[in-house]
Amino acid sequence: ALKPLGKTLSKPGVRNVVLVEGVRTPFLQAGTTYADLMAHDLARGALQGLLNRTAFPKEAVDYIVYGTVIQEVKTSNVAREAALGAGFSDKTPAHTVTMACISSNQAMTTAVGLVASGQCDAVVAGGVEFMSDVPIRHSRKMRKMMLSLNRARTLGARLSLLGSLRLSHLVPELPAVSEFSTAEMMGHSADRLAAAFGISRLDQDEFALRSHVLAKKAQDEGLLTDIVDFKVPGKDIVSKDNGIRPSTMEQMSKLKPAFIKPHGTVTAANSSYLTDGASAVLIMSEEKALAMGYKPKAYLRDFVYVSQDPKDQLLLGPTYAIPKVLERSGLTLADIDAFEFHEAFAGQVLANLTAMESDWFAQNCMGRKAKVGAPPMEKFNLWGGSLSLGHPFAATGCRLVTMVAHRLKKEGGQYGLVAACAAGGQGHAMLVEACPQ
Amino acid sequence: MVVIQALFAITGDTCCYTVSLYSVLLNMSEITWNFNVYSARTHVNYEIKGDVAVIRINDPTSKVNTLSVHMQKEMTEIMDEIWANNAITSAVLISSKPGCFIAGADINMIQACKSTEEVTNLSQEGQKMFEKIEKSPKPVIAAINGSCLGGGLELAIACQYRVATKNKKTVLGTPEVLLGLLPGAGGTQRLPKMIGLPGAFDMMLTGRNIRSDKAKKMGLVHQLVDTLGPGLKSPEERTIEYLEEIAVDCARGIVNKKIPLAKEKSMMQKIQDYIMSYPFVRNQIYSTVQKKVMKQTKGLYPAPLKIIECVKAGMEQGLDAGYLAESQNFGKLAMTSESRALIGLYHGQVACKKNRFGVPKKDVKTLAILGAGLMGAGIAQVSVDKGINTILKDTTLEGLNRGQQQVYKGLNDKTKKKSITSFERDSTLSSLTGQLDYSGFQKADMVIEAVFEDIAIKHKVLREVEAVTSPECIFASNTSALPIKDIAAASTRPEKVVGMHYFSPVDKMQLLEIITTDKTSKDTTASAVAVGLKQGKIIIVVGDGPGFYTTRCLAPMLAEAVRVLQEGVDPKKLDSLTTGFGFPVGAATLADEVGIDVAAHVAEDLGKAFGSRFGGGDPELLKTMVEKGFKGRKSGKGCYLYQPGLKHKDVNPELEEILELYKMTPNPAVSSDSDVQYRLVSRFVNEAVLCLQEGILANPVEGDIGAVFGLGFPPCLGGPFRFVDTFGADKLVEKMRRFEEVYGNQFTPCSLLLDHAKDPSKKFHK
Repeated sequence: ALKPLGKTLSKPGVRNVVLVEGVRTPFLQAGTTYADLMAHDLARGALQGLLNRTAFPKEAVDYIVYGTVIQEVKTSNVAREAALGAGFSDKTPAHTVTMACISSNQAMTTAVGLVASGQCDAVVAGGVEFMSDVPIRHSRKMRKMMLSLNRARTLGARLSLLGSLRLSHLVPELPAVSEFSTAEMMGHSADRLAAAFGISRLDQDEFALRSHVLAKKAQDEGLLTDIVDFKVPGKDIVSKDNGIRPSTMEQMSKLKPAFIKPHGTVTAANSSYLTDGASAVLIMSEEKALAMGYKPKAYLRDFVYVSQDPKDQLLLGPTYAIPKVLERSGLTLADIDAFEFHEAFAGQVLANLTAMESDWFAQNCMGRKAKVGAPPMEKFNLWGGSLSLGHPFAATGCRLVTMVAHRLKKEGGQYGLVAACAAGGQGHAMLVEACPQ
Repeated sequence: MVVIQALFAITGDTCCYTVSLYSVLLNMSEITWNFNVYSARTHVNYEIKGDVAVIRINDPTSKVNTLSVHMQKEMTEIMDEIWANNAITSAVLISSKPGCFIAGADINMIQACKSTEEVTNLSQEGQKMFEKIEKSPKPVIAAINGSCLGGGLELAIACQYRVATKNKKTVLGTPEVLLGLLPGAGGTQRLPKMIGLPGAFDMMLTGRNIRSDKAKKMGLVHQLVDTLGPGLKSPEERTIEYLEEIAVDCARGIVNKKIPLAKEKSMMQKIQDYIMSYPFVRNQIYSTVQKKVMKQTKGLYPAPLKIIECVKAGMEQGLDAGYLAESQNFGKLAMTSESRALIGLYHGQVACKKNRFGVPKKDVKTLAILGAGLMGAGIAQVSVDKGINTILKDTTLEGLNRGQQQVYKGLNDKTKKKSITSFERDSTLSSLTGQLDYSGFQKADMVIEAVFEDIAIKHKVLREVEAVTSPECIFASNTSALPIKDIAAASTRPEKVVGMHYFSPVDKMQLLEIITTDKTSKDTTASAVAVGLKQGKIIIVVGDGPGFYTTRCLAPMLAEAVRVLQEGVDPKKLDSLTTGFGFPVGAATLADEVGIDVAAHVAEDLGKAFGSRFGGGDPELLKTMVEKGFKGRKSGKGCYLYQPGLKHKDVNPELEEILELYKMTPNPAVSSDSDVQYRLVSRFVNEAVLCLQEGILANPVEGDIGAVFGLGFPPCLGGPFRFVDTFGADKLVEKMRRFEEVYGNQFTPCSLLLDHAKDPSKKFHK
């Protein structure tokens, strides 16, 4: 029989949804060992790893939802291609979702909805990002000409089209790195955000260093157990993240600002870096999981999505999401034992923490009576974060949830809180409750 | 949908100084003046941050900072303290006002001067003070957020280093020329050296505002600072703080020699400097610019010429000669009638951007426009632009499509010029709904009709609108000549009916003439004014009557123009006579732009209403032109021939045949060039004065503003009323009496004009 530790967030009449297992490929800096692969290769690695680790019967998977941000055009529904390639049943439908850096959070909450509503019993969710290769397109002019060429019937028509070719046609189009609505780069916005909250360069460098030091410690202590080995064809088996590099404050202080020059504070060292990686989780109804003999890791409880001004508050999602999700569940910040925040930029994390500590911000920007408060650092991202572990956009969400579940288990806590910001001025938070041991 | 298209803006792309003079004048609302309050250190203060003195400017008596005598005195005191204090190594100059660094010199200070010498003296004091700052042994950094104009810019460029925010409100410029003045505190000397001759002439002769990103490219500022969103303080407050932090860092960087003051010059810059080092090249530039100015101003505006003179003196004869030329010319210009006229227009324009009818009870959130023609779509464009939910209704899909395309094009042109992003364009367009029926009209707070100019059609749509709208909904008619009370006759709620006469093209012409009837309620008027102000318009509110104010003034002048043509003056000559008097667009071109059919229609209507006073040229001439299809620019033929893609236009040869039919013999006694000019102008002016006499106009200020901004009355004359004041009512009456002898009552001066002629102490403007 199951007995929860304290007050549980279980709701009458709603199925308990559990995280049975979560895995990920090692996160590698873009352009390193994964460089010659494709996105669905990494996704296959994570999905196969999940199957291997859980020994879950393929035919029992009801559905697959996968997130991705920069889409490989050949595998636009990467969920389906990767699932087929990973040996899942061809009878299991799969779809792909996208919501910038919270894409796999969206995949997971989609799964939670399917299970909670009784549509499914077992859903695999996950996300993949592959930054070593991104779609670079021909220019619009060139594309238009090539498409017209396709339709041209006669040789004369084709030649005359080819005759219109100019040098400018050959300039390629890179994937957008800036926000579509504001045309601002995210790092630029993060720098302005840090300035708005008066976050100094020193604070940012210190926070980034903390992330790397804690990640290194977790790696050395073998706490990053969500990693599954990945065999790169023609190369080695990869079993470790490769972006964890604790540096010194002195070295970090030498870097020049990356976005706002010359006086900005966001640098390469206090930002998350371009990363390749994939993650996957198995989400089930509690009864089915228990019936199949699994020991679930955690309950996935209340969650919220928020959105705000994409110009000046692009990365403040957590600040808006956290009070909402706490209110939904009747908890306060003090009830939370483990916090896992996505770290896009050190300045962004610190800006969120400062905003959460500010009555002025709560009253003037959020329409609240008082601040919600900021998480204590001794419970915050204790095994590193996106700054150090890496941030494959659509894979980070599952990493956060799995990590908070592992931390609750290791630290003996009951409630974990996951929060993340995303491009487009959106944000997400989710409460995770430890399953009784 | 008749349009009185008076036009500054339609003269094509040529950077015409008189034209840009106006488009820019309107954007200058930042410049204001203040009342000087003399007490200790109220306007400028400073705080010492380590080794940097932060000087904060904040005029407590005004929304903007102006360089008044008082502010200059405090600034001088503070600078002396800073120079004397050994603990201070550098200084930062910053404003505490969110939208304004320093918006210029105090206009009242200049207007209060009685003589050329007094103004020259003011200029010399400014020159000395800024020269001291320029030579300061401790670097002074200007931290600019908001408008940095005129004297403010001159102060900033005297500093060693400039940091500016990317705020849209941060603009730099030398608008003095728009007030008939010149940058009189060293600006004509420093600017050419800083940004080169071509750039400096462009700035000083057009007076246009330059956004900070452009200013950085031009070398006017050294560093840009981003604006910030909300954090632990309001965005405005925190942005100023951030700007200050960065400026203080810059100050220390300059002192520590980490930031070099001499900039690395680009290759282009080096080449330009090299070319400019030849006196021959420089002389070539002076003469080209001089010619261009003469062509565009017809020599009617002295300020641009004096600016060239000052720059030339400084560049060719050295700084002392330059400073002397600058201060002396500044003194001379301040005493010219042109400068007084332009300053008068500036004050008038500020007054016409206020709602003297108070705050309306209900905000207009949803606006419906009937008719997607040129006017309707134009009104839609300036409304969606300001976030008003706008319904654009037409009766045909083709008409609607054309109108929506016009709105799209207007916004897309802004995207091309990079004043808005394509995303902003799209989200702005989302507040526009195009439709063929009256659905959703129940939500409309105001309906503006811009349908065909026919009383029966106006009545029809008025009834249809009242049937589907709420009782609070205001009905505004964009008519240019039909009396509003006639339109309101069909209304069940005449207190909600008002006239809103826009000028074409609506997005360029800044005047809005609002017409009220006896029954129009004050709240309805207040609401119409509020909508107009939101649309960025300069507003005059006039009484009801045929042709209201603007059309009524224009009609007799056009009637006279027709007579002049009949007397054998060809259209080109007519145009040069009118532009030579200072009108931005010649009378013949104006008729073509307005539309010959429209002119004929208006002439007939107003002729009926006012009788022989509105006679002159034979109205049949216009009708014959219309019959032949010569409707003006829109039909490709009018007084001139219009060919797409061709800027040059020839006189319509077939017009001569028509003119031959209506030929009249000129009377040599009143047909000299000057007489022709005064015949045209005096009828305009007399009708304007009559409008004031009859109470159509509330005051002479609105009369001047309406004539200049709506009809292109010569800005250098300041409008019909200021013209009478300056020229002398007696002299004008004398001329009119001479014309009256030949042509009769069309030139009979009205009684108010006669009153002014009899008593020279009577002036329209104090």
